[in-house]
Amino acid sequence: MTTTANPSSETGSRPPNTALGKAAAGIDDRMTMARPTRRLLNKVFPDHWSFMLGEIALYSLIMLLLTGTYLTFFFDASMKEVVYHGSYVPLQGVPMSAAYESSLNISFDVRGGLIIRQMHHWAALLFMAAIVVHMMRIFFTGAFRKPRETNWLIGCLLLLLGIGEGFMGYSLPDDLLSGTGLRIVSGIILSIPVIGTWLHYLLFGGEFPGDLIIGRFYIIHVLLLPGIILALVGVHLLLVFKQKHTQWPGAGRTEDNVIGHRFYPIFAAKGASLNMLTFGVIAGLGGLVQINPFWLYGPYNASQVSSGSQPDWYAGFGDGIARLFPSWETRLWGFTIPGPFYAVVLLGPIFIGMFAYPWIEARLTKDRAMHNLLQRPRDVPVRTALGAMSLAFYIVLVISGGNDIIAEKFDISLNAMTWIGRVGLLIAPPIAYWITYRICLGLQQHDREVLDHGIETGVLMRLPHGEYIEIHQPLGEPDEHGHGALKYGGAAVPKKMNKVGGAGRAIRGFFGPIESPPDLPQLGRGPRESADADNREPVSSRE
Amino acid sequence: MSGFNQPDNPTEPPADPATAGHQPSHASNGDPVSDVARERLDADQLPEISDERLQAMSQDELVDVGSKIDGVEVVSREYRLKPGSRAEKGAERRVAMCFSLAALLVLAFLVLYIWFPWKFTDTKPGEFTLASFYTPLLGFTLGGSLLLIGAGLVLWSRDLMPHEVSIQARHEGASPEIERLATAATLQQGVESIGIGRRTMIRRSLMGAGGLFGLVLLVPVIGGMIKNPYKDNALYYTAWRKNMRLVRLNGTPIRPSDMEPGALETVFPGIEGSMTPNTIADSATMLIRMHQDQADKFQARPGQEDYRWNEYVAYSKICSHLGCPVSLYEQQTGRILCPCHQSQFDVTRDAKPIFGPATRSLASLPIKLDADGYFVARHDYREAVGPAFWDRERRP
Repeated sequence: MTTTANPSSETGSRPPNTALGKAAAGIDDRMTMARPTRRLLNKVFPDHWSFMLGEIALYSLIMLLLTGTYLTFFFDASMKEVVYHGSYVPLQGVPMSAAYESSLNISFDVRGGLIIRQMHHWAALLFMAAIVVHMMRIFFTGAFRKPRETNWLIGCLLLLLGIGEGFMGYSLPDDLLSGTGLRIVSGIILSIPVIGTWLHYLLFGGEFPGDLIIGRFYIIHVLLLPGIILALVGVHLLLVFKQKHTQWPGAGRTEDNVIGHRFYPIFAAKGASLNMLTFGVIAGLGGLVQINPFWLYGPYNASQVSSGSQPDWYAGFGDGIARLFPSWETRLWGFTIPGPFYAVVLLGPIFIGMFAYPWIEARLTKDRAMHNLLQRPRDVPVRTALGAMSLAFYIVLVISGGNDIIAEKFDISLNAMTWIGRVGLLIAPPIAYWITYRICLGLQQHDREVLDHGIETGVLMRLPHGEYIEIHQPLGEPDEHGHGALKYGGAAVPKKMNKVGGAGRAIRGFFGPIESPPDLPQLGRGPRESADADNREPVSSRE
Repeated sequence: MSGFNQPDNPTEPPADPATAGHQPSHASNGDPVSDVARERLDADQLPEISDERLQAMSQDELVDVGSKIDGVEVVSREYRLKPGSRAEKGAERRVAMCFSLAALLVLAFLVLYIWFPWKFTDTKPGEFTLASFYTPLLGFTLGGSLLLIGAGLVLWSRDLMPHEVSIQARHEGASPEIERLATAATLQQGVESIGIGRRTMIRRSLMGAGGLFGLVLLVPVIGGMIKNPYKDNALYYTAWRKNMRLVRLNGTPIRPSDMEPGALETVFPGIEGSMTPNTIADSATMLIRMHQDQADKFQARPGQEDYRWNEYVAYSKICSHLGCPVSLYEQQTGRILCPCHQSQFDVTRDAKPIFGPATRSLASLPIKLDADGYFVARHDYREAVGPAFWDRERRP
């Protein structure tokens, strides 16, 4: 007979005898939570270090929300002109916007305000960095394939929203640097054909800078975008939960199972520790490493600018393409299509390609099956090479976004840096593609070689007729020709003897050994015999 | 696309006996209703256990039952260190040490936060006061305590919590056929019962109203923000007017004798109350006194030959690329460099762009001297200054 052991049934039930049990029973009486709770506790998570990248992004986001909320208690998003009378002496008596003044106050006149502001900025940088690296992990391992295309799409959206959110946060203090960034965005909006001027007037309420853009950015930065980001993150996690994690191929791992730790208690403990570590790194950076000292730049003034004007790194690619694009501009029938518009349009297909990649790949490979096992990047050379190509493109742009700094620090001509960027943008991606493709094939080849011939032991043997050969350790039963029969299954292949329990473990040390060699197993003898023992006793005496 | 290689046998990873699932099977008795009920029971996988047996089960047995229901199989579960061993005691001490140190750092943070001098005082570069260390100390104690808590948790989970290999089956992909068909039928029945397919008149009028209603969402949001850029044509004009003096940021006018050869002054329209961020934004102008040899080879744009006054020229400071103030002036070569995107302009060729992304010369401001010998503008710029836009050449 099947029973659901209803606690209120007359057969009587085992009363919970612990505090935890009583509380749980009380909740279950009211909400029937036993099954979903236990399902969560029992949910199995596969383990791999790279799975933590997305978690770091999540914990940075939590830190952003906490510190950001605190900052709103003091920030005044107004462009009203005021004269500064705060603690920071060099700017006393200087006219500035209320936004800049309140930013100064947060940094100098709120106890502990500076560390919160710097933690907010560092958390934003970490958030973006974690998203980018997390996306690379997803891309290069094929984790975006069916059924997870939706989550790839959401991730791409989160990346874009993060860039926008970051740019607005960067603009809010209304200092000289951020105002310059805003001026550039204003120029880019103006460059849009036909509707550019209308769009600019709609957003800025007039000519640049107008008197309401900071207020608008503020409400978008603290309400609109965080709301959308939180909703998307919620769906993102819900889908991860529903579809379960992907896992690497390996013993027992199939497309239909998940092997790893259950959520409770170990996985939860690991998550909590990563959360603490992420918070700790952000707090440490926020206190110890100065970021964006905007009081040095002064309030925004459209007639001033400093050299070395850069956006934060995640927007650097945009600045890079604005710098590299040649001085081209189209004039037709008295109308102008400005150069910066082309530069921005150039980025369009790249972002669209990123969004559409899961479907592009499914179409090219005609692979529409469900995939829960990850692929090693080497096994999919075209995808890996495409990824490397995109990264090369991106890196050239980011470097070019700071080419004036590089020109100054390394004493290179500024114009040469621009030309290096222009040429590099065209040739670096195909070169990256080709090299990556070849490396992938080489690594695959090496794996298959080891499966076929075994691990190189480094032991040379002289055959009776004088030939020297190296002895290989086959990984499985070899056939009559000495070739392995193991098929390559997309998992890591051991390449060193100590990975298969032979030759002892590697000696510790980074530049040189920091420990003396352990008792090495001697050839032809038992693996446990120590060298000392060998010295004391002749081998023959034991045999 | 050979490059999208699959491994040799993607569908057959190494078999593991542990993966064998547990799917209790029920024989069908042909009754469709009870078949459906069983289908649900299969999905729920509630094992058959009598009440008495259930009440008598130990904690471990109950955990097993729970994981079975959830499709989880714990293959192995072991501690890294032997319980009760010296190594385990050591690990326990290390974890406790992390948490204790974290507690100390939290206390230190609180003490520092409250009692350490924090108020900013002005210092010369390289000089420090106690307050200069306030934020770093907060960062050290707060970050350190969080990191130590994290480290303690890592050590705890690594050394003292059980390591396990659990296997859970995935129940993904399409729902059972019966669910799909039943849901589709329910949807279809609903559509048919409200008759939206057959009542074309209602459908079309509703689509019309719904579509138009979308505008209602859009119109007040966008509508309130729309401003006509051509109402006062501000994009085409700056604050410069006829005979307006060129003044510095502090309001003082400029005479030719104020500037050395090669000098650059940033000037603004000399009207009362003109120095708002908005007038500065497009009327900031560079007044440059060229060297004599630069002035000798000066090439003006056609129609603007009389814009300069002797070796003095005035250009818009707003870059024609994306609007940064072009600020870096190399006296000897007569080059102006924009630090944002490195556009470079040649002063002796009427600020023509010679490198970088800018395509248009900086706008030139016609200047002369007034009766008192101060520089004045002869009129506003003849073109829209700053970044280009769609109809910038259609200046009214």
